[in-house]
Amino acid sequence: MANKQFDNHLGIVGWLGGGRWGVERYLYILQRLTGLGLLLFFMMHIFASSVRICGPESWAAAMKILKNPVLKLGEFCVFVLFSFHALNGIRLILIELGLAVGKAEEPVYPYKSSLNNQRPLMVIAMVLVAIIIIAGGYNTIFGSH
Amino acid sequence: MKETAYWTWFIIAALVIFVIAGLHMVVMHLPMFGVFNPESGAVTDWGNVAFRSKNQFLAFTYIILLGAVLYHGFYGLRTIVFELGPKKSFQDGFTVILWIVGLVLFGIGTYAAIAAKALETAL
Repeated sequence: MANKQFDNHLGIVGWLGGGRWGVERYLYILQRLTGLGLLLFFMMHIFASSVRICGPESWAAAMKILKNPVLKLGEFCVFVLFSFHALNGIRLILIELGLAVGKAEEPVYPYKSSLNNQRPLMVIAMVLVAIIIIAGGYNTIFGSH
Repeated sequence: MKETAYWTWFIIAALVIFVIAGLHMVVMHLPMFGVFNPESGAVTDWGNVAFRSKNQFLAFTYIILLGAVLYHGFYGLRTIVFELGPKKSFQDGFTVILWIVGLVLFGIGTYAAIAAKALETAL
């Protein structure tokens, strides 16, 4: 996969592989994968939700199809993807803006990584994701929708 | 400079989506809060759908959300594809295709939001 012109160009393998990076690197990869999944869903969602302009009968027929258990599971998966993508995205924006990486310090051994400062934010974001997914999952399994 | 502006709009779109799609998720997936679902049945029951279609605030926010999601999603897709190192000619063509597809989808979604509102008001 390596490109002869650029030794460090690894293509799709480099894009997917986290190497020796911490969990934040894998969350970044997941951020992109969930983004692609959500984009695909959203393009279909535009057409599916537009059915309402055809009237109540067409809407009811479309909803009958969407009540299929497989599609209900798919709908919940979209909710999971959205919850993760949204909260992990806010985390990434905060880090990008330098708001959650700690203050700059002299490089004194043993070196501290800025990842140590980022990690509490990552834990908070993932706990929130879990709470939202559980609430949405409860509604999917036990709710009327 | 142009790419910095594109990226800034990408982040602004993300924040818009976080707020409006967050509201959309609460309406559609957490109906226990009863937001914008006056009928007792499922959130996808026609009565609730008709109520939301008539609501000017929701129609407006859905059109804003549509534009923000399409821009954010297609810019993200463009970034991922560009990182794979395609030729400049491919990059230019791909950007034009994304703009065309995005504008067509925005047109369809906006038409649906406005038409649904008019249809429901007439009933």
